[in-house]
Amino acid sequence: MSLKEKLSLDFVTTVKAIGWILVMGWLGTAPAHAQLRIEIVDGVEGATPVAVVPFVWAASQQAPATGVADVVAANLARTGLFEAIPRSQLIERPTEPQDVGFGAWRLVGADYLIMGRVVDAPDGPGLEIEYHLVDVNAETAVLSQALPVRPGGLRFGAHRVSDAIYEALMGVPGAFATRIAYVVVQDSGTDDEVFELIVADADGFNPQAVVRNSEPIMSPAWSPDGRQIAYVSFATGRSNIIVQDLYTGQNRVVSSSRGINGAPAFSPDGRFLAVSLSRGGSPDIWLIDLETNDRRQLTRHWSINTEPVWSKDGEVIYFTSDRAGRPQIYSIGRDGAGLARLTFEGEYNSRASVGLDDRFLALVHSPGNNDFRIGIYDRETERLRVLSDGRMDESPSFAPNGSMILYARRDNGRGELAAVSADGRVRQRLVNSEGDVREPAWSPLLR
Amino acid sequence: MNTGLRFIATVALALVVAACARDVRDEPVAPSAPADGGISQTDRIDARDFSDARNLENPDSILSQRVIYFEFDRSDVRAQFRPIIEAHAAYMDANPSARVSLESHADERGSREYNLGLGERRGSAVRQLLSAGGASSGQMEVVSYGEERPVCRESNNECWQRNRRVEIVYTAR
Repeated sequence: MSLKEKLSLDFVTTVKAIGWILVMGWLGTAPAHAQLRIEIVDGVEGATPVAVVPFVWAASQQAPATGVADVVAANLARTGLFEAIPRSQLIERPTEPQDVGFGAWRLVGADYLIMGRVVDAPDGPGLEIEYHLVDVNAETAVLSQALPVRPGGLRFGAHRVSDAIYEALMGVPGAFATRIAYVVVQDSGTDDEVFELIVADADGFNPQAVVRNSEPIMSPAWSPDGRQIAYVSFATGRSNIIVQDLYTGQNRVVSSSRGINGAPAFSPDGRFLAVSLSRGGSPDIWLIDLETNDRRQLTRHWSINTEPVWSKDGEVIYFTSDRAGRPQIYSIGRDGAGLARLTFEGEYNSRASVGLDDRFLALVHSPGNNDFRIGIYDRETERLRVLSDGRMDESPSFAPNGSMILYARRDNGRGELAAVSADGRVRQRLVNSEGDVREPAWSPLLR
Repeated sequence: MNTGLRFIATVALALVVAACARDVRDEPVAPSAPADGGISQTDRIDARDFSDARNLENPDSILSQRVIYFEFDRSDVRAQFRPIIEAHAAYMDANPSARVSLESHADERGSREYNLGLGERRGSAVRQLLSAGGASSGQMEVVSYGEERPVCRESNNECWQRNRRVEIVYTAR
């Protein structure tokens, strides 16, 4: 296939994907790709029992097959922190807190009750979700809100409801109304091998191909507003860094210098990309100003310097370097000053992902045997804890609320995604029926 | 072990070998000495004439070997592979219009972007040796694919060994 054909394939796919976005508002019911199915492997002891009563449908349009309550119950159960009481045990169907018979719900064993209804938006074409979170033991409403949703946006609205309920119960925002990007390789190892960059809702629904190519696609990274994804493409036969707008479909090559163009990471203000370029002879960390196209070299060392990520305040960059012999995590100021080595435990620590604040870094860790696992490094205690149990685990990506870490693992020679809570108690598998799945990237909180 | 078990084990081993061999383009073997003074039975070309483009396809010539294999997390070229590189350096020296892409690879262990760097380091090591042998820098380009283009997809030592490689790919002869 010629370069021109490859690029036009990229473009056609992009236009198609964007068409889907416009038509479906990202929330369609006809996914073009096999969908990830999230299974709980381990939950916590004594998960909080929650009853989610089916929401009353009072809107003029037809009710969808999957209701708001289904989505909310599945979201809460998936965290492993909550246990959704089966629908068969829901003894009554209140829509308002004053309708609740608390004694009966205590007998069912519910600690919390979620209820509500869907109505036409009072002004405009969309819908509105009215919902209540009720503490059964205290017999009080903890949260009562009405959430407007755009046409076609009901499912995402249900994720926002889940976020608000999670925050009311846990004290930190939920990460349900977010998306994940990942790379799928179809027909892996054959002449028909195709790499796809997929964006899906955080629960695996609505997967859409953003880019498709016969040459490798690597390292997707979200912009802080969730509108753009930077990634590495080999469409030209060499590595290039591309920034693609998910809503307009426009993409541009931001780096195509000699050698490696890899590991893009947006700064928290969205203006800069930290990248790894080997134009100087070996991979070093560079900053690219996306407005002016100016580029500035941050590290100067003959070793491999790659996988940059930004601190939450954008002042520091964490990266992987093997300047001491084996890969370890280092930090450097965005002005190039203050180089420091952070990790010392084990033979191999690489590809950091920053948690809710800069205290925790998720990383790929190997104690020195052939096993590579996801570890979490606590910068305050300087302790490293292994969270995953695979042999080829890689590409950790923190949820924007710091609760879970999404990562890639290999199972019988095939890549799949998994997630583990930051405390290691909750484990999920994200099962994909087809393809070799890898390199997950969790979006920021979407507003 | 009873016969039935042994049969099953043999079949399983054969399946594993077949599964592994399916996508392998080149075997990690040490270069073989040119046979019979370099005279092939099919063609009268001197297998040791490293300026002759026909030797790139002559199985009796070391020029037909174009894959260099590496140890885990290492980029130094082992002695057994140096004759291959020296032969290609001589060819490129004699054929200034020849161009090669040094497609460099890592095995699946560790993180992907780090492996991109590791692959490039291997490609650069091969480039340096080609250069020392007479190739000019304008004839060579290193392209690292990291772990993205494995020839073998099992998670075991044998596959990893096959995947840690630099392929000398002629884009012009």
